[in-house]
Amino acid sequence: MHAIICQTSANPSLFSAEGFVGLIFLLTIGLIITGALVATCARRLVRSIAGLALCFTGVAGIYYFLLAPFVAMMQMLIYVGAVSILIAFAIMMATPEEGDLPSRRISALAGPLGFATGSLIFAALALLGTRTNWQVFPREGSADMKHIGTILLTGHSLVFELISIVLLIAIIGALVLARRGRN
Amino acid sequence: MDTSIWRPIIYLICFMAFAGLNAAYLGWCERKGAGRIQRRTGPMEVGFHGLLQPLADGLKLMSKQLLVPEGVDHILFRIAPILAMIPALTSMVVIPFSDNIQGRALELSVLLLFALASIGMIAILIGGWASGNKYAVISAARAVSQNLAYEIPMLITVITIVMITGSMNLQDIAMDQQGGFWHWNIFRFDKSIFMPVSFIIFFICSVAETNRAPFDMAEAESELIAGFMTEYSSMGFGLFMMGEYLNIVVGACLTTILFLGGWSCPFGLFPGVWWFLIKIYILIFTFIWIRWTYPRTQVYKLLNLSWKILIPFSLVNLLVTAAFIKVF
Repeated sequence: MHAIICQTSANPSLFSAEGFVGLIFLLTIGLIITGALVATCARRLVRSIAGLALCFTGVAGIYYFLLAPFVAMMQMLIYVGAVSILIAFAIMMATPEEGDLPSRRISALAGPLGFATGSLIFAALALLGTRTNWQVFPREGSADMKHIGTILLTGHSLVFELISIVLLIAIIGALVLARRGRN
Repeated sequence: MDTSIWRPIIYLICFMAFAGLNAAYLGWCERKGAGRIQRRTGPMEVGFHGLLQPLADGLKLMSKQLLVPEGVDHILFRIAPILAMIPALTSMVVIPFSDNIQGRALELSVLLLFALASIGMIAILIGGWASGNKYAVISAARAVSQNLAYEIPMLITVITIVMITGSMNLQDIAMDQQGGFWHWNIFRFDKSIFMPVSFIIFFICSVAETNRAPFDMAEAESELIAGFMTEYSSMGFGLFMMGEYLNIVVGACLTTILFLGGWSCPFGLFPGVWWFLIKIYILIFTFIWIRWTYPRTQVYKLLNLSWKILIPFSLVNLLVTAAFIKVF
């Protein structure tokens, strides 16, 4: 699949296997962009969350294209299944009466300036992407679970332990906050 | 495996038919079971012993008007039932019904099932919120907190099975339990003495994950009318119901594969798809049996059961399993 994605210049037909894979790739990109637009532009917060979940699903698709199905599944499980849901919860708890957000004008310059900044960043990234002579590195090992596990518990064990400590601190902090709120 | 185009098409048609028939006739089974348990007859009028009742119900649902009440979020309101149906249907792809009947032999099929289940959760949340009805919102919050709470012990129990088998492939897990019933994961005392306990934890969690009584806090009729489905009529409601029954089928399949040996025979004779179907339908009957036997719990007791009993037990079980694997 990797080889197929790299051959962008081959211009395959839509009904060949490569063309179909390319179509699905474009669909994934479309999911990400649509999701991001919905997440940022929607007036209602729950719609934003739905857009965010859509965007995460698209990113999971990209991981699958990068031959990392494990990361793709974890993306779905953690970001779609836990993070979006938790954000939704927070919003439901915070605003019992769900209404449209008030639209406020900040300044007449805000729109054009934002557009200019966005297009500058896009232009810079696009130039970087097209001008750089990208090298395709040979794949090192595989992205399957066994390999990820071995790497995490050997070369990157310090990072792994640090992350678990961060999570532990977060859990304890949440417990302390919840206890304090109860009294 | 051959890569002919016909294989996926045939699988697609068969899975759709399997899903549709199950969604229709499990409703009939449920009503018959409820009738039997409550000393009634259940549906009797349409066809022999009401066997054509699901068809009549389906026709009725499809011919009804699709009402979209005032004040709902139109887009999300229409998307939610579809989102409830898709993951349940997609899950069928990776379930190994037998050693050669499987839509797609993915290496990470267990993980895929749980990733899809999280989409079902979002569907309930969106459906409940978009209805713009306070009962629906309460129900959505309840359903999601319940599903989050029960997903944790379920995943931890699955990790013990994955540790024992050394694979996340459902087919490998089923293969590992071939032979008699003493090879099934539920009776594997050489891997962990708590295997029956983890089976019970997993089964309780799958009942809770599918929002079935006694854990149906999300659609407690006496408190919340019908929960997140209150505002849905016609096929919107129908899709939610079908999704629910399909989730039960997927939960029963998963329990069968992880603990009850998948498509293997209890006595090592004629392994095949028939054993798998017998096992899942016994489990589904148990789902129905439990629903009509036990009263509904309270939402606090429900969450306490998960956070204070099931999660600690499953963590201990995980440690014991790891110790057993390391020692023996």
